[in-house]
Amino acid sequence: MEWGNDIYKAVKEAGVGQVAYVPDAGHKILINACIADNDIKAVSLTTEEEGVALSAGAWLGGDKCVMLMQSSGVGNCINMLSLIETCRFPFAAFVTMRGQWHEFNPWQMPMGTTTKQALETAGCLVDEVENPADVGAKAAATLHKAFVGQQSAVLLLSQRMVPIKTFGK
Amino acid sequence: MSDRAESFPLHRRDVAKTLLGARDDTLIVTGLGSTNWDFTAAGDCARIFPLWGAMGGAVPTGLGLALAQPDKRVLVATGDGEMLMGIGALATVAVQAPKNLAICVFDNERYGETGMQTTHTATVADLALTAQGLGIKDASVIADEDTLAKQVDTIVNAEGPVFRVIKVRAEPLEFVLPSKDGVHLKNRFRAELLGPGAV
Repeated sequence: MEWGNDIYKAVKEAGVGQVAYVPDAGHKILINACIADNDIKAVSLTTEEEGVALSAGAWLGGDKCVMLMQSSGVGNCINMLSLIETCRFPFAAFVTMRGQWHEFNPWQMPMGTTTKQALETAGCLVDEVENPADVGAKAAATLHKAFVGQQSAVLLLSQRMVPIKTFGK
Repeated sequence: MSDRAESFPLHRRDVAKTLLGARDDTLIVTGLGSTNWDFTAAGDCARIFPLWGAMGGAVPTGLGLALAQPDKRVLVATGDGEMLMGIGALATVAVQAPKNLAICVFDNERYGETGMQTTHTATVADLALTAQGLGIKDASVIADEDTLAKQVDTIVNAEGPVFRVIKVRAEPLEFVLPSKDGVHLKNRFRAELLGPGAV
């Protein structure tokens, strides 16, 4: 889970001004680091699609915004991603995966197993990481792709990198 | 089915003209779809970013802009249908509490683009009460010319977040369309705000 610090470092180096998130156990380290950072406006959302529009508004105002969510949240973003695609807004998101590795909850499977296709269909460039040692470099590359390459870039963080959730069963 | 909105005294095109003219440096995000046409009719310009889609996204777009530009006034003008589709964003705004953000919902109690079907505000939903319940304390309804005249200064100058439901007449109007090229709309806005180097 220490890889959250590696993403935070990449976020800082990229000069990100806003971080939009939906609370998530996998992103806990990163979210808490962003909340504690006075130079980052950490925005807690009621639904993930708000974060897509927030990213667009941030860019209109000259801020780079990064979005943190879980794979289930990707489904909530699909129509809002038309804003990114149509206006060619830079967009960067880090997605913690469910439905991939020792998934306890079958309700996570439909989105977890189709996250990559859903994002690609919506016009995003998708990369994946399974080895914690690669997270920092891949996070930096994702942010570069978004804000220097001006693309819609998403990094999927494998469920294998987060503790297995069992609800005690 | 409620027909009351057909006799509301305020006309949306006049309201847009009043809000646009109240300050010449307000950054404006307009929501799909009639508020786009209202503000384009009032005076299409680079400091307006009209959303041709992304329904439910007007308020969070305005929030991202307001957080990025805390020294500029930001106004989100959208319709009741668009607001209802992303209503949770009002709680997100309330938590962030941007002092520079105002949200005006042009509420004609109709879905204008799809044939003037009634929205839930025509019968039971009260958006100003909802905004208060979600944490935006300065939320109220404007339903006549006198109240609008008194409230304009608050909308464009007072400490935010400010939320106003402006009850406007449900009426057929000519389409006055801005460019629908999203890249152009984005670039003209950024060039206006951040300078030509931002494009």
